Amino acid sequence: MPRFPGGVHPREIQKARTRSLPIETLPPPERLTVPLVQHIGAPAKPIVKKGDKVARGAPIAEAGGFVSVPVHSPVSGTVAALLQCAHPLGMRADAVEIENDGEDRPAPGLSADEAVEDAAGLSPEEIRSRIQAAGICGMGGAGFPTHVKLSPPPEKPVDTLILNGAECEPALSADHRLMVERADGVARGARLLAAALGDRSGGGGVRVIFAVEENKPDAADALKRAASALDLECEVTALPVRYPQGAERQLIYALTGRKVPPATEKGLPMDVGVVVQNVGTACAVHEAVERGVPLTERILTVAGDAVERPANLMVRIGTPVETVLERAGAAPDAGVLLIGGPMMGLAQYSADVPVIKTTSGVLLSREEPSARFDPCIRCGRCVESCPMTLVPSKISVFAERGLFEDAVRWGALDCVECGCCAFVCPAERPIVHQVKLTKAESARRPA
Amino acid sequence: MSGHGNTTLAVKVSPHLREGESVPLIMWTVVIALAPAGLAGVYAFGWRAALVMIECFAFCIVVQVICLKMRGAKGARPDGSAAVTGLLLAFILPPTVRWYVPLVGAVVAIGLAKEAFGGLGANFFNPALVARAFLQFAFPSQLSLPKWPVLKADILGAGRIISDITGPDAVTRATPLAVLQRNAGAGWAAVAPDYAFGAPLVRHLGLVAGALVFIVLLGLAAAGVWLWARRGKRLFGVLTVGAFLLFGLLPTGPVALGSIPGCIGETSAWALLAGGLALVYWRCIRWQLPVAYILTALLFVLILPVRSGGGELVWTASGGGGAVLAHVFGGGLFLGAFFMITDMVTSPLTVKGQIAFGALAGVLVALIRLYAGYPEGVCYSILLANAARPLIDRYIAPRAFGSTGGWRGTKSV
Repeated sequence: MPRFPGGVHPREIQKARTRSLPIETLPPPERLTVPLVQHIGAPAKPIVKKGDKVARGAPIAEAGGFVSVPVHSPVSGTVAALLQCAHPLGMRADAVEIENDGEDRPAPGLSADEAVEDAAGLSPEEIRSRIQAAGICGMGGAGFPTHVKLSPPPEKPVDTLILNGAECEPALSADHRLMVERADGVARGARLLAAALGDRSGGGGVRVIFAVEENKPDAADALKRAASALDLECEVTALPVRYPQGAERQLIYALTGRKVPPATEKGLPMDVGVVVQNVGTACAVHEAVERGVPLTERILTVAGDAVERPANLMVRIGTPVETVLERAGAAPDAGVLLIGGPMMGLAQYSADVPVIKTTSGVLLSREEPSARFDPCIRCGRCVESCPMTLVPSKISVFAERGLFEDAVRWGALDCVECGCCAFVCPAERPIVHQVKLTKAESARRPA
Repeated sequence: MSGHGNTTLAVKVSPHLREGESVPLIMWTVVIALAPAGLAGVYAFGWRAALVMIECFAFCIVVQVICLKMRGAKGARPDGSAAVTGLLLAFILPPTVRWYVPLVGAVVAIGLAKEAFGGLGANFFNPALVARAFLQFAFPSQLSLPKWPVLKADILGAGRIISDITGPDAVTRATPLAVLQRNAGAGWAAVAPDYAFGAPLVRHLGLVAGALVFIVLLGLAAAGVWLWARRGKRLFGVLTVGAFLLFGLLPTGPVALGSIPGCIGETSAWALLAGGLALVYWRCIRWQLPVAYILTALLFVLILPVRSGGGELVWTASGGGGAVLAHVFGGGLFLGAFFMITDMVTSPLTVKGQIAFGALAGVLVALIRLYAGYPEGVCYSILLANAARPLIDRYIAPRAFGSTGGWRGTKSV
């Protein structure tokens, strides 16, 4: 198996706390705030107004274009307001506030029964349109609309579908629990995703690979059993435990030996004939296509050293993070609150933000951050650790001095912000911050 | 969802985990790795060596504190780098220098070569070597001795420690490299009897086979330590290091143990190697750089002809293997290879760059030793390579993972 360059081994202490905890359901709160931007691409356009009655799963906003997905009501109730809310990505965003009536009345046409429709007869086009209609975007992190990934242009045939269950972020175990407890849904979703790519494979069929890190053998076993029960032709590959094993480019290289060109060369997985989907996304696809249930809830891990009862929770989209923390016995009054994992997660200034479709973790730690850092001593450890083979040390030093063009020359725009460089940096330099700054600056004044 | 609670959440940028290394930790690790060579120096030269080390150490730290105050460097703190520079400076001085030589050396190393360039991380040249080059011309009679003090000892160090290396009891000799330079081409004959370069490895296997075995053993040991540290292959690491010590180093006799004349820190190749391998294990240096430096130096000493006293062209090795071994062990090559050229700040960032950098310095050391009017070339070879370092970093830069474009040195963006 090819070994991607760089990478690090963060401590796994926190993961051990939640990996064996079964998924629990967090009851929906009285009020939910559902942002209209939960994915990459155009925001959804609201189709409800204040005072409207909505049912669970009913659309409240429609797709704002091809690279966009609709948003559905996570509960039944009344639209309380159309407002702006604090968003986990650090901005303010349009949102629909819904007052929960507690009845969970499903939308008409949404069967509440558990019957699974046989999707074998569906055309790829039909599967893709159901996926978009259900509001599905990538649930692993970036949140790219799933149907777009399944629609490569004819000149870029796709022969490989990778189901990403690496979950390489330290502390997170939501995907792990999903694979163990809902392996059937993941496998069915994988079958649907492969079928959706059927007309884009250039005639050769699609190879299906489940990628799981070696530290989750129970997940790999569950997937194997589920796949063989479905007669799904696939491989379940155990990957070495190394961060960022689940990053798209590194994962594709490890599994197929193919290299996706970097961001400045506009490389996408489809350029090398690969589509990568998170296992959570696959399960959502199964729910949407075979059961008609749109994406209104997800599994997340709540953990951290300031959390009394870490858990893996099934949470409705729009639930305030504060509610999630309360359930886990944590008060977000001090420390660092992260949405996402410890390596790439975004620190929040308020626990008022809602859970969105890409929220894989809520972490609260008592850490007291320091802004002090040393000069670069050119030890080169960042260069060794960079999975994109950039020169983070140069980027950091140039960005620190405001020389953004030079920072770009050393690869700042190709950076995937995995944080390996800053993780190993003995001078504790804020390299990822400097990369983000360089990206923002070069977007502001194009060369 | 209006109205923020009374919270004091701290906002910071990812990643939110750190490996836990720090700059002072790295610097003090290097100090620990220097300890064996320092002890070997004290063993060889007695209290004078310890005194010079203490002087250099203290002067460097004092000069750094003064410079940081003068620069008003915000956030700067004692980081241990002056301690490393101080010890390295002592290692490349003879044990007989008077107290003001370390003082001037510390001012040049820390004040001129480092803080004047912007302090930690901003200097272009190795501070200790700049000081050495300066002192070479400022105090020539104290640095270039015609005869160097040496421990009067047989191979296993059964001799006595000399209480005063400047007194009548002291034994002095020219350094092996100086003898070689005076007797170009005489090789083994010129060096072996005087310095007891035992070298059964070479004697039994012949020069080429012996050198090859040595090279392979050294490379295996360095790679073994690296795999041990990085991939947990402990058995492989122990076996390769053990094989090198037993079959590669033990046969080199007195050179390895530290009874050849020279500067304080360069007398014991064994002690230097122990410290160097520890640095590889602790991930402070990469094994490729010292190996590239030593091997390139060895290669060019072997293939470059010199003009003998009679005027005909001869090869260093033509008189026997002792001369070649003297080049490898008898001078400052090991000290330079493990502790000077590997200085993080003044060496390239990438492994490929470091190999090119080591090879460049290796060629230079051979050229200086064989053709220049100075028997030792380690100091100047590294300083010259330091000057080429920014260029190497620029032209041997990696392409982004998956890139199909040109190399970064000329990539226009």
